[in-house]
Amino acid sequence: MPNNPSDLILVDQLSKYYRVANKQPGFKGTLKHFFDRKTYDVPAVTDISFKISPGEIVGFLGANGAGKTTLLKMMCGLIHPSTGLVDVGGFSPQRRQAAFLKEITLVMGQKQQLIWDLPPMDSLYVNAAVYGLSDYEAKVRINELADMLELGEELTRPVRKLSLGQRMKSEILAALLHKPSVLFLDEPTLGLDVNAQARVRSFLSEYNKRTGATILLTSHYMADITALCPRVICIHKGKLFYDGDLDSLANSLSPSREVKVELKNSCSSDQFEKYGEIQDLNDRFVCLLVSRDKLTDVVSNLLTDFDIIDLEISDPPIDQLIGKLFIKGEVN
Amino acid sequence: MKIFGLSFKVIKTLLTTQYAYMLEYRIEIALWALSGVLPFIMFSLWSENDVGNTFGLNDIGLARYFLSAFLVRQFSVVWVVFSFEEDSLSGRLSPYLLQPLHPLLRYVAAHLAEQATRLPFALAIAITFFFLNPSSFWLPSLPQLFLAYLSTHLAFSIAFLLQSLVAALCFWTEKSSALERLIFVPYLFLSGLLVPLSAFPSNVLKIAMLTPFPYLINFPAKILSGMPVDIFNGFLAQVLWILILGPSVNILWKLGVKRYTAMGA
Repeated sequence: MPNNPSDLILVDQLSKYYRVANKQPGFKGTLKHFFDRKTYDVPAVTDISFKISPGEIVGFLGANGAGKTTLLKMMCGLIHPSTGLVDVGGFSPQRRQAAFLKEITLVMGQKQQLIWDLPPMDSLYVNAAVYGLSDYEAKVRINELADMLELGEELTRPVRKLSLGQRMKSEILAALLHKPSVLFLDEPTLGLDVNAQARVRSFLSEYNKRTGATILLTSHYMADITALCPRVICIHKGKLFYDGDLDSLANSLSPSREVKVELKNSCSSDQFEKYGEIQDLNDRFVCLLVSRDKLTDVVSNLLTDFDIIDLEISDPPIDQLIGKLFIKGEVN
Repeated sequence: MKIFGLSFKVIKTLLTTQYAYMLEYRIEIALWALSGVLPFIMFSLWSENDVGNTFGLNDIGLARYFLSAFLVRQFSVVWVVFSFEEDSLSGRLSPYLLQPLHPLLRYVAAHLAEQATRLPFALAIAITFFFLNPSSFWLPSLPQLFLAYLSTHLAFSIAFLLQSLVAALCFWTEKSSALERLIFVPYLFLSGLLVPLSAFPSNVLKIAMLTPFPYLINFPAKILSGMPVDIFNGFLAQVLWILILGPSVNILWKLGVKRYTAMGA
């Protein structure tokens, strides 16, 4: 895969295999495992290729164990690939050169780098020293990020006394103190309540706009992906099966749209069968699934044929579609 | 100013932060300091059985040696393998690996901060020892104190590198603290913690001196207690062990980190 100079990240035929030992249950299995351990290679990521431009926000989607976190770990240099190539800004991540490490950061939901028994501020000043920031720079950066993250006196309270949301925001502050240009975020909103998730999302969006940083994100919360990521990369069983914009993915997953109609009078299902697939029908309310190419005609006919109080057209919820996708494991 | 490639600011920030962290555990550290009283138990055992002469020491010499061994042990004790193993298995190592600072340096800072926290407790124990054994009281000369201080730090460096070598095996075995036990046994017997090495038969002593262990306790303790000791060869051996272990840790670390799978992260 030739590398275009405008690409920040190049992933070419990347694979990762983990060696695992297999143990049979029971005492006999335990003895056998002790004396004659059988190991085999499990593919976590297989032959994945893509490119990412500077400033993009890319969401990695996949079920548990799909390989998205392994992919992220290889791109940030935490683990070495088995085969293939990763290039991030001209660096080979697994070499972990200081110049590369100063440009990236990794945030893992539920994993912490802050010192548990001390206030976040102590860890922040350690990070500032490690990344070579002057006291003034550190102070300005801390104030700026704390402001964006709505953190105040929490920074001077021991980490163990903070709520999960406050801790996560402090973790993000610590991870971004050195102004990285590439952010690897693995489930950054995991375990947070809805409000805290929304705050983290709006912060990431704002950070991307202000700094032009490239953000690579995995999340099980579709709201994170839909709010932040115009582009998604879907991984299933270690293989890439979709790379493109979220809307196209939604279209390819569901070539239909939902048409919700509120009628003046009660109706029966046989009246609507010719318009589309009936999803729901309740007295005066009906929900139809209509293929996109027939949508205009169907809506026009409905308005002509019935006394309609309200009509709403929407896409089926993306999380339902993605859920179906992971169960099916393929895109049409 | 840079020391080992680290700016003074990084060193200062790491040490002060780790010191603040250790102070959160001051009671625990006091208990750890108390738990290092093995040399006093050995002193009591040997002096009760009147075997000091066998070691070439009178009771006062024996008392000073074991108090020195206790103090050297307090400032050269190493636990990096346990912390590293825990961090490696829990995934806490991952963010450290992605910062432009060698993760082992964080553990060095934690050890030095812990030593600073131990200092008042160790001195209190030493004063209590003198109170109980007034005849053993002595004040080492300044050169003695300086050489003992230097050799204790070199002993800490050897112990740290030796345990880091085992810790790096975490990349292969996951539970490398079990391997640390293999080092602990020869350390216990050959370091001079249980008995001064002068008590060993000469052929055993010759073999022991080929290992790093006598330079961890016996050599600095002898300097501090004022016992006759070959200063030049002692320091030479300490430096040689550091020169052997340092690159070995570096090579093993580089090989091991390629196998890191970031478990739990």
